[in-house]
Amino acid sequence: MRGSLIILSFFAAGVVLGLLQFIPDILVHNDFSHWALYLLMFLVGIGIGADPNSLKALAEFNFKILVVPLVTVVGTTLGVSGVYLLLSDVNFYDILAVGYGFGYYSLSSIFITELRGEELGVVALLANVMREVITLLAAPIFAVLFGKIAPIASGGATSMDTTLPIISKASGKEYAMVSLFHGIVLTVLVPFLVTLVLNGF
Amino acid sequence: MLTVIIIMCAGIALGFLIRNRKRWVRLADRLTMWAIYLLLFLLGVAIGTNEVIVKNLPALGFKALLISLGGVLGSVLVAWLAYRLWFAPKKSDHEG
Repeated sequence: MRGSLIILSFFAAGVVLGLLQFIPDILVHNDFSHWALYLLMFLVGIGIGADPNSLKALAEFNFKILVVPLVTVVGTTLGVSGVYLLLSDVNFYDILAVGYGFGYYSLSSIFITELRGEELGVVALLANVMREVITLLAAPIFAVLFGKIAPIASGGATSMDTTLPIISKASGKEYAMVSLFHGIVLTVLVPFLVTLVLNGF
Repeated sequence: MLTVIIIMCAGIALGFLIRNRKRWVRLADRLTMWAIYLLLFLLGVAIGTNEVIVKNLPALGFKALLISLGGVLGSVLVAWLAYRLWFAPKKSDHEG
């Protein structure tokens, strides 16, 4: 939670400085974000490769654990399709790409900004921050109403870190590994699915 | 964007190779955070200097809320189905 607040304050600082035009021209006219994104993805990869848990979770491979990330992808696809029917003036692939951020707001908003521009990037940032916040607040309710994998599915990619503590409280410690595995799979899927949805169709 | 995915896979391979060098891994972790801070800051700057977005912020926020609610509700409903099918303790275990 503290980590998210720091990230959001960097974002807010950027917005405020941008609004005040208190920014060196070189930052506005050069696209550094491209290179920063390459750096970030390389570092995220190192983090996944070096984490013994990510490999252990894969070693505990079995049918059930594999189903959970699929549940989240299918559920998110259906839910976003429902939203598309409500909002007729949006592009389906655009909002599906936002949904496929699965709460991983830093990466998905950066990706979507690169692919579709800042406007959809902002929607992606806000929607995915909200997914994390909703999960933090509602995980215990989801566990009671919809069963023990519901908080994990709600958390999306964040089920491996920021929402993992609340999930293991709501669903029980025996679901912590499931939650971790689910988060890792979705984290890896985010760049693939977002790119596929925005470029591939 | 394929470049980005190739770069990430290269990172995973390197991360696996250096997984026992704790200092390098910690350094990569810390750099990851700073790369995220930098990118979000740059995104903030891009938004703050974009008048069209600033004017439409409430509408964009509403759209974002609907998308996140849709994603969460769809996910927990499918999770409920999957839990009943494959995860929940069998009722018959408790009966009889």
